[in-house]
Amino acid sequence: MANSELTNGSLKAYAQLLQSKQISSLELTQAFLQRIKQYNPSINAYIALDEDKTLAQARAADARIAAGSAAPLTGIPIAQKDIFCAKGWPTTCGSKMLANFVAPYDAHVISQFDAAGAVNLGKTNMDEFAMGSSNETSYFGGVKNPWSFDRVPGGSSGGSAAAVAARLCAAATGTDTGGSIRQPASLCGFTGLKPTYGVVSRFGMIAFASSLDQAGPMAKSAEDCALMMNVMAGFDERDSTSLDRAKEDYCRDLNKPLAGLKIGLPKEFFAEGLSAEVGQVIENAIAEYKKLGAEIVNISLPNTGLSIPVYYVLAPAEASSNLSRYDGVRYGHRAAEYTDLMDMYCKSRAEGFGAEVKRRILIGTYVLSAGYYDAYYLKAQQIRRLIAQDFVEAFKQCDVIMGPAAPSTAFKAGEKVDDPVAMYLQDIYTISTNLAGLPGMSVPAGFASSQDGPALPVGLQIIGNYFDEARMLNVAHQYQQVTDWHTLAPNLPEGKA
Amino acid sequence: MEWEVVIGLETHTQLQTVSKIFSGASVKYGAEPNTQACEVSLALPGVLPVLNKQAVECAIKFGLAINAEIAPRSVFARKNYFYPDLPKGYQISQFELPVVGKGAITIQVPAAGKQDAYEKVVNITRAHLEEDAGKSVHGAVEGMSGIDLNRAGTPLLEIVTEPDMRSAAEAVAYAKKLHELVQWIGICDGNMQEGSFRCDVNVSVRPKGSDKLGTRREIKNLNSFKFMTQAIEYETRWQIETLEDGGKIQQATVLFNPDTGETRAMRSKEEANDYRYFPDPDLLPLVITEQDKARVQANMPELPAAMKARLEAQFALSSYDASSLTASRDLADYFMAAIDAGAEPKQTANWVMGSLSAKLNSEDKDLSSSPISAQQLAQLLKRISDGTISNNAAKQVFEAMWLGEGEVDSIIAAKGLKQESDSGAIEAIIDEVLAANAAMVEEFKAGKEKAFNALVGQAMKASKGKANPAQVNDILKKKLQA
Repeated sequence: MANSELTNGSLKAYAQLLQSKQISSLELTQAFLQRIKQYNPSINAYIALDEDKTLAQARAADARIAAGSAAPLTGIPIAQKDIFCAKGWPTTCGSKMLANFVAPYDAHVISQFDAAGAVNLGKTNMDEFAMGSSNETSYFGGVKNPWSFDRVPGGSSGGSAAAVAARLCAAATGTDTGGSIRQPASLCGFTGLKPTYGVVSRFGMIAFASSLDQAGPMAKSAEDCALMMNVMAGFDERDSTSLDRAKEDYCRDLNKPLAGLKIGLPKEFFAEGLSAEVGQVIENAIAEYKKLGAEIVNISLPNTGLSIPVYYVLAPAEASSNLSRYDGVRYGHRAAEYTDLMDMYCKSRAEGFGAEVKRRILIGTYVLSAGYYDAYYLKAQQIRRLIAQDFVEAFKQCDVIMGPAAPSTAFKAGEKVDDPVAMYLQDIYTISTNLAGLPGMSVPAGFASSQDGPALPVGLQIIGNYFDEARMLNVAHQYQQVTDWHTLAPNLPEGKA
Repeated sequence: MEWEVVIGLETHTQLQTVSKIFSGASVKYGAEPNTQACEVSLALPGVLPVLNKQAVECAIKFGLAINAEIAPRSVFARKNYFYPDLPKGYQISQFELPVVGKGAITIQVPAAGKQDAYEKVVNITRAHLEEDAGKSVHGAVEGMSGIDLNRAGTPLLEIVTEPDMRSAAEAVAYAKKLHELVQWIGICDGNMQEGSFRCDVNVSVRPKGSDKLGTRREIKNLNSFKFMTQAIEYETRWQIETLEDGGKIQQATVLFNPDTGETRAMRSKEEANDYRYFPDPDLLPLVITEQDKARVQANMPELPAAMKARLEAQFALSSYDASSLTASRDLADYFMAAIDAGAEPKQTANWVMGSLSAKLNSEDKDLSSSPISAQQLAQLLKRISDGTISNNAAKQVFEAMWLGEGEVDSIIAAKGLKQESDSGAIEAIIDEVLAANAAMVEEFKAGKEKAFNALVGQAMKASKGKANPAQVNDILKKKLQA
């Protein structure tokens, strides 16, 4: 089997190959490491690799397979977003502040993959502290969109996104605070799921905005995402917001027919701001669902327009407090020279944080300050409840909600870095689900041509009701049985051979 | 002008839990620096707080003990500020919705000067759960400051009063009462030296009769009742003098210097932080149900006031005795253990508050380190009741036991303290005494009552103190009346 075929398989196919011993985890892992060596220098998807650690895990997986105790993901190489603490690995969160930090413990997500026997290929690039929609705020440099190297992969899970799209991993983890799994999934043409808030433990996942952050899978297909969810989801007493629910099999409903499925289309998702080309791709996808027997219901989410302002009060407020621990006292960056304590704080934080992080710390500090708290933070919390209520009403009329995941295809690197509001609008369709705590996913639905470049991937967003991940995966999987958008991979320019 | 001082207290009580309030790290005092600092105590990236249920039980216990409202839903909030001993850059506390609401504590203010002792009700505004900070260590390494995070995350219950106290004596009476209460219900070890019980005292003064509060200054971190008295008295004098000199009081935080006996402003409120409180998104609201309260109530010890009433009713003790015995949990437990071991209540009360307390005081010991256990004391008192030894001999046995010379009966035997209770032998002694003291017998018969006591004394002396005094009395009376 050629290297490029070997790195293009589904998780189910890998599991069959591994467990029937047609390939070893070591071979599979080496194939990915080889491809990473070839392409990562130009794409910059990974910011930490450790061949010894990775290969040791592959060997252990082979021993486990030989012993007959393999789990579905045993021996399969996974990329981990650098937001998850992994014992003995650099864990930087894309920041200079943590450039020298090696985690002494494992995040829940990491230990779940370890227990499943998966192989950690490395840590992926990301926007600094997950603040960004283009991966351009990373201290470790931008990431190329594998479909067009002059474009951004989206963010904040840009490294994981590029790694999945470029087949530099079998699947990857991401986190989504306002769209950081779904927007890059849309821009890079693969399947990404943000679960219901509380389904995946946040323990060991570096906090951006605690009430919004949620980890999820980034993979080639809905079926792969379901297999990833089977590993990632589950109650963890170390996270007080983790939900104590029975373990579920996210694959259980994949093959259910969709006849009678009610799909809600919110008019606010098809209004001004959506590129016509993207809108057309989404309409085509809806037409496909009609063929599968789904009914279309026109709905409204009237407070959608408030989601960005509400988010940019609440997320920075929480972030300003969450990032206070990076003070140069115990770990992380400390200024080389300082005159006193205050000077040490100021210099260490001024040097350690990038511009976007500083912007959000300032916004967050402002909205929590005495005299402004009621007008900003409290008001935003009230509107957050209205936004959630919109969805409660909507789900009385439909089973799932569909629309675009992002307003446009991948934009050019540098295009929006000086216009934060334009950048923030990238998440216009995704943010409201984080505010409501609902699950959402992005599924490849086609390509939109752009005036100044090649045709680029477009993601269809599927929003489900609370804990409806299995149904959403079913809805996506059935679409992927009759379309092949999710199987298309970019032709990468010659990498380092 | 006559002035009135107005005082309110904020007390940080360290809760007696096994682990920290938001992590499993140990809270043991005195360990090597940073050996009790887990990932959560260090505020490593990615860690999350998980609330310690034992700390919540302590809060419920306190609420029940002061008959307070216990919030069915309270909220943890972040208090944001930068300090090296505060690893997260915020303290998890409770702000708008505390776990314990309004309650009250009745205090006894001791007599002083012309003022008789009196009781007073101090209203509690609230009590809330929060985490302690670590400690900065200066000088351990030359030219450097160190941080010890062992204490970071230790559970605290901060108890806040209304400005109800009107003198240092009242403030100290309240602090002592609270100190006893939190130990009584087992939520705090009360160790002030180790910082388990720390008081911040808000002091203001106003013209007597005014109902407007003056500007207050807060005396931070008083860790002894003696310092509290000195600090409040100094601060009150300073504020009155300042106002009488035409000055103004600036709201401020002050520290008490035990060496000079003075208070000194640490920072004025203008420089105070804006703490940017907001609900901690990492923690769910704390929900306490009626069942939770009932479960804690079922494990509550009898409270001091209830026990005092019971001691009066059950054992016919005086109000004074019952009050003294319930002044601390240790004392009450000791008393009850002696009763359970068969000692007579009134006699036990006398000994516990008499000889035992005096001895403990003179050697600066706690009941917990008393060399004589409640069971040993009960055994000693039984030997008095059953006539084996006299009260005087009992005091010698007590001293010997204190010095660790053995058990009651072996000491009585070794020292030959057993009293003579054989009536035949006592009769013989009395006959001898009567024969040798005919003059006294005559005086008695002539109506001089005192002569009787002298004859008893002679008989006791003749028996070398071992004759049972009650029997001597009886036999002597019979013989003289014969």
